Amino acid sequence: MQEKSIKFGKNLVTTEELFTAGHSFCIGCGEALALRLACKALGSSVIIANATGCIEICTSPLPVTSWRVPWIHTLFENTAATISGIEAGLKILMKKGRIPERDIKCVAVAGDGGTSDIGIQALSGAFERNHDFLYLCFDNEAYMNTGIQRSSATPYGASTTTAPAGKLSIGQITRKKNMAEIAVAHDIPYVATACPSYPFDLMNKVKKGAEVKGPSYIHILSPCPTGWRHVSDLTIEIGRLAVETGIFPLYEVESGRYRLNIDRPNLKPVEEYLKLQGRYRHLMNKEIGKIQAMINEDYVKLTKKVAAFAA
Amino acid sequence: MTQKRLKIGIDFTWRDMEVGNIVTEAGSAALRRTGDWRSQRPITDKEKCNKCSLCWLYCPDAAIKPLEDGYYETDLFYCKGCGICAKVCPKGAITMTEEEEK
Amino acid sequence: MTRRVALEASHAVAEAVRMADVDVIAAYPITPQTHIPERLAEMVADGELNAAYVPVESEHSAMSACLGAAAVGARTFTATAGQGLELMHEVVFAASSMRYPVVMTVCNRALSAPLSVWGDHSDAMAVRDTAWIQVFCQKSQEAFDLTLWAFRVGEDPKVLFPVMVHLDGFHLSHVTEPVILPEQEEVDRFLPRFHYPFALDPNRPMTHGGFGPPDIYSEAKIAQELAFRQSKEVVLQGWKEFGEIFGRYYCPVESYRVGGAKTLLMTMGSFTETAKIVIDERRGKGEAIGLISLRLWRPFPFEEFRQAVKDAEILIIFDRCISPGMGGPVFSEVRSALYGEEPRPKVVSLIGGLGGRDMSDKDFDYVVSRGKEIAEKGSEKMLETVGVRGEVIRMRG
Repeated sequence: MQEKSIKFGKNLVTTEELFTAGHSFCIGCGEALALRLACKALGSSVIIANATGCIEICTSPLPVTSWRVPWIHTLFENTAATISGIEAGLKILMKKGRIPERDIKCVAVAGDGGTSDIGIQALSGAFERNHDFLYLCFDNEAYMNTGIQRSSATPYGASTTTAPAGKLSIGQITRKKNMAEIAVAHDIPYVATACPSYPFDLMNKVKKGAEVKGPSYIHILSPCPTGWRHVSDLTIEIGRLAVETGIFPLYEVESGRYRLNIDRPNLKPVEEYLKLQGRYRHLMNKEIGKIQAMINEDYVKLTKKVAAFAA
Repeated sequence: MTQKRLKIGIDFTWRDMEVGNIVTEAGSAALRRTGDWRSQRPITDKEKCNKCSLCWLYCPDAAIKPLEDGYYETDLFYCKGCGICAKVCPKGAITMTEEEEK
Repeated sequence: MTRRVALEASHAVAEAVRMADVDVIAAYPITPQTHIPERLAEMVADGELNAAYVPVESEHSAMSACLGAAAVGARTFTATAGQGLELMHEVVFAASSMRYPVVMTVCNRALSAPLSVWGDHSDAMAVRDTAWIQVFCQKSQEAFDLTLWAFRVGEDPKVLFPVMVHLDGFHLSHVTEPVILPEQEEVDRFLPRFHYPFALDPNRPMTHGGFGPPDIYSEAKIAQELAFRQSKEVVLQGWKEFGEIFGRYYCPVESYRVGGAKTLLMTMGSFTETAKIVIDERRGKGEAIGLISLRLWRPFPFEEFRQAVKDAEILIIFDRCISPGMGGPVFSEVRSALYGEEPRPKVVSLIGGLGGRDMSDKDFDYVVSRGKEIAEKGSEKMLETVGVRGEVIRMRG
């Protein structure tokens, strides 16, 4: 399904903004756009627990706030634990008749660091306890808010400030941790990957995740002009190339059943994606070839899973 | 205690802090002008525009507003000049031009 | 109907939590606190307590889940000890500065290393600066009473601070004593329903936990500190109301046989009861000696403390913890509280009971004798340990 130019978009998508402009996201921030789109799919009957990170810092500078929905930030690694408490609290208060029964979706928002590194324990626990919540991981592939330090979501070969490319190093020497598959391994009802370059796909997935009774997880690639070192107007194109080269495939897993949302028989060469980003500019052909081989291998793995556990 | 005050000067005292530093006024950040960040601004050619709404959809700052007549207008109070709207416009109706020196 | 039953202090705490109709319990098991979450889980499983029991995967997540639950207006409880309290250290600060009235029982346990599951006050002393209201219990009855009281005080709209109730690990937590349990109707009279004025609610969207740049952080902290100091008013009010309904009155500093006492021994927690035996013995022999037990630890009860010691010549402070390089933590604070007061007693520091090392009445007898000797010799700047095998090394304290 190719994204066609949608006429009358405002008739299909709400014009309500759950967080106001006047926030301090960078110029051209993919994460800001992804968050904005996700909020359009969520609606205002939510409570959001947010990890420390770009989103939290850019939207909640005391004494003001961008948020127009109930929102809480406590610490960095405990978003899933905080939302577990919120979810348990709401459920019991409604059960005891202390607050009126209504549909309030508990949503956890965190970055890649707050999810796959320091936050993974709390997330795993929340999945296992089967709380009813939607977890959105906004992945800009490094600890961007503190200055582009590496995380376990930083892809192979990318240069960050704590795994920089140098005379003796190509930057990140480990492979990107596959958080979506870790979520699938917890047997939760819904897991998906998304990208703001495919806004309707993203919004549909957020809506689907929000409707699940139980845990759901959406991993959203968020191109970052500041950290990935690309021109600010290329955010959407880079996100599209991430999908079209297969480095970030869009797929869903519903109760263990896989569906590939965009299956390109011929993936574009990854070089088209890498050459637009300064964080990869040090890579020689040998490394690019390695990355291409990794992508090919991973894509085959994914298509085999899709075939074996088809939705 | 007022929450509308954004300029934190010597008149913002400890008495002005809400319990737990909780902000009770939703969306109060809307008073912050982020438009002075930009070094280029979008100019829309209405002749070319087909009202497809993609510029509005893709703006990370929600700085493009839908108008009654179906066209879209950039809110220069917030627009940071990233140029995404110009890039995604299927009709090439938006061009980025340098901000003038003030 | 009011009953007098034999209850382990841990179970007394669980019973108080049940009678307080707590909404959310998020706890992680750790010796010697385990009997509390176990008993609570039983109560929930049997339908005796209508609460959400969240079996979190670590103490850090336990306190984090408590923050979330309190933020939506649920009455929240957790319990921990030693390493668990350390693991949730950063969250404990967030709980108080974000003003969530969580109640936590801490079964005081020694901190690693070496690993010890046994009791001392090192875990409590490591959280002095967390802006939690903190009390130390002497017996099972207090464990029950102060848990109920904690909800009353923490949730008061003039307070909105979390409360820590300290019980000595094993020495109190696992000890069965007679406890008078009140009627549910009395508890309901004492403890109003929790109404949190800033509850997360889509109908009134608020932002909790915004970040504070340098030009606002100081104001935020001072505002918090002033509110924390003012909470003492409700601390005392809560005890007054408790006494009026249940007939047991508590106070920040308990004075035992202090009338005309030249020498005072100061303890905290359950060792107070053992020390009282020594006071009785010595009084029996005509010695002018008394005991004070510090019940309210934070906010520090300056006035009550100074009042309690104003007539003494010697104050012997027994610490169950070492602040490395500095001395006994309670001693340091107490000496600082007395600085500049005229008249003031000589203060002597003795440290013992670490890592579950028991202190018998004979040990406390030694504490008193040695404390008096040190004061009379004028060498109270040097602290000494009690009951440690090997020669006694004197250290600057």
